[in-house]
Amino acid sequence: MRDEDTRPTLAARRGFLAKLAGAASCAGAAVAAASLGVIPAASAKTETPLDAASFPTKDYDWTRHQWGFGVDATKCIGCLRCVEACKTENDVPRNAHQFRTWVERYVHLEGEGEVRIDSQQDPVNIEASGSEKEFRFANRYKDAKVDKAFFVPKLCNQCTHPACVQVCPTGATYRTKDGVVLIDHGYCIGCRYCVQACPYGARYFDEEKGVSDKCTWCYHRITKGLQPACVEVCPVGARVFGDQKDKQSPISLFIRNNRVQVLRPETGNAPNVFYVGIDKEVN
Amino acid sequence: MEAIIQFAPYTGWVYPNETVFEWSVLIAVYPYLTGLVAGAFTVSSLYQVFGFERLKPVAHMALLTSLSFMIFVPTPLLLHLGHPERAFNSTITPHLTSAMAMFGFFASFYVALLILEGWFAYRPFIVDQAQKQSGLLGKFYSLLTLGSHDVSEHAMRYDRKWIFALAVIGIPAAHGLHGYVGFMYGSLKSREWWSSDLMPVIFLFSAIISGVSLLAVLYVASCKLRKIAVDLACLKGLAYTIWAFIMVALVLEGLEFANIVYKGREGVDMIMQYVTGPLLVPYFILQFAVGAITPFFWLSYMIWRGTSGRALVIGVTVCACLVLFSVFMMRWNVVIGGQEISKTGKGLLSYHMPFFGKEGALVAILLTIAPLGLLYVLTRLFPPWADAATHAHS
Repeated sequence: MRDEDTRPTLAARRGFLAKLAGAASCAGAAVAAASLGVIPAASAKTETPLDAASFPTKDYDWTRHQWGFGVDATKCIGCLRCVEACKTENDVPRNAHQFRTWVERYVHLEGEGEVRIDSQQDPVNIEASGSEKEFRFANRYKDAKVDKAFFVPKLCNQCTHPACVQVCPTGATYRTKDGVVLIDHGYCIGCRYCVQACPYGARYFDEEKGVSDKCTWCYHRITKGLQPACVEVCPVGARVFGDQKDKQSPISLFIRNNRVQVLRPETGNAPNVFYVGIDKEVN
Repeated sequence: MEAIIQFAPYTGWVYPNETVFEWSVLIAVYPYLTGLVAGAFTVSSLYQVFGFERLKPVAHMALLTSLSFMIFVPTPLLLHLGHPERAFNSTITPHLTSAMAMFGFFASFYVALLILEGWFAYRPFIVDQAQKQSGLLGKFYSLLTLGSHDVSEHAMRYDRKWIFALAVIGIPAAHGLHGYVGFMYGSLKSREWWSSDLMPVIFLFSAIISGVSLLAVLYVASCKLRKIAVDLACLKGLAYTIWAFIMVALVLEGLEFANIVYKGREGVDMIMQYVTGPLLVPYFILQFAVGAITPFFWLSYMIWRGTSGRALVIGVTVCACLVLFSVFMMRWNVVIGGQEISKTGKGLLSYHMPFFGKEGALVAILLTIAPLGLLYVLTRLFPPWADAATHAHS
């Protein structure tokens, strides 16, 4: 009796499971088909479009430029006008903890083995400026015997192989055809994996907007034929910017006429900010 | 209104943008929960796949524990996101080079697998309850039968095949999920403290010991609550498992640290200054001495002396609690510790955990305890007890 009862039920159950498997396969196939369409489209966010469409400015063709940035540390006087200009131009939060660009000061004091390094965010420098919204280097070594000292401007290196782009789970950050790493603030989920991945500390998280942010070499300006704000205001020409495809541009001449180096080449990121006049401690 | 940002005090030279801690305690809770899932599943697999009969009393609880914790795994991440409403961006348009992008898929797959395996394991119980219970609860169980009421021996054999297959798939799934969590840190070249090939396996083994320990504690607690005797053979089985895996975990962690010191790459001076300074207590004392080496020797002693009875129950429970604590400290030391060492290799930061707030200690504690609440509800609906008359088949 029991056996007779169970046989048909088992058959029905098998049938049910077969249907379930069938439905699952159909759903799986549908998802796979959709994925084939969606995934390349999504991953393409990080790849450059093939067409030479004008983006984001009319009459701008991003396939015809390859931007590059040079820093001549021997010229920098640490006036921090670049930092001011950047904060204003790019709506960077006015505090001493979030920067798209910053300047580092390296000081070797007589008789000291270790180099002393600070930046405008250092509490001593903030005290000297009187506000977290304004920046200056305090004259903290005026009574000391200085062996060697220099300033190093820093900014996003717009790497050719950016670790930040590699780790972004959504593709919200991507590298443009003309060589700048940008962030789609309308798509960033705010996980901050990119902030962790950047070996240069170039990224910060904007709490108010809930997204990551960083230097774009003033992409909104350079695509209109202007210079980045920091380059524009630098009074000594320590910051050099231009198109590497133009052999007579300031950056091409800078790279050609100097022995340039990049920061942390061992990361394999292939940075595109080229330095002259930095010392062994700078990374 | 000014944005509320926690600035971290620091010494030495740190990049200006580093003075805000981007990954809080919640990001330490996330791998902790994932690890408990993987570890609990290991116990279930040891019974279902490898035939460790003595683990039968905890086999079903292992499944329920795994499921309860897995459901809560995404919560610390969601609370941490700047735009949680966009969380699915990483699933609908995954960026394939990102280690993080695949999380949604792995996690969903694993939850589905757990639910399916749980359904097969509990099917006789569900069928039985569907017939016995009336009202809303009866309807609930009826719905869960999915129209299949066959519990004949023939059908059971068929179910067992599914359970075995799912458990087999579940082993790489659970361990892959957690190994992948380790890869998220190990693959970052920006921090010497994280950047290690050993990171995924270290995460994996610490996950296993934490999950098994959690089950040991839960099993003893459940026996006390239900006023039944603890099955000493089962508890010994769990103790052996912890003992075996803790050894591997210790060796791996030791190798990892030895590698950093021996290679002595740029920034190692700062790491040494860090581990002998601020990290001395959380790393060497809490994580290693108290949380790992003490239980290892205690368990070794109990195995050697053949300790039994009340002493065994107390010993294993205390050791398991210590291991649970140690593994949390390991997550903390990786996630928070990694950020306390500056990327410059020339400075140290210090993280101060707020108690209140979205990413404070209170939320972290609640998120770690919440799965236990869910587990309690699940054990009421699907009793995992091997001694009960209505016990699910295995």
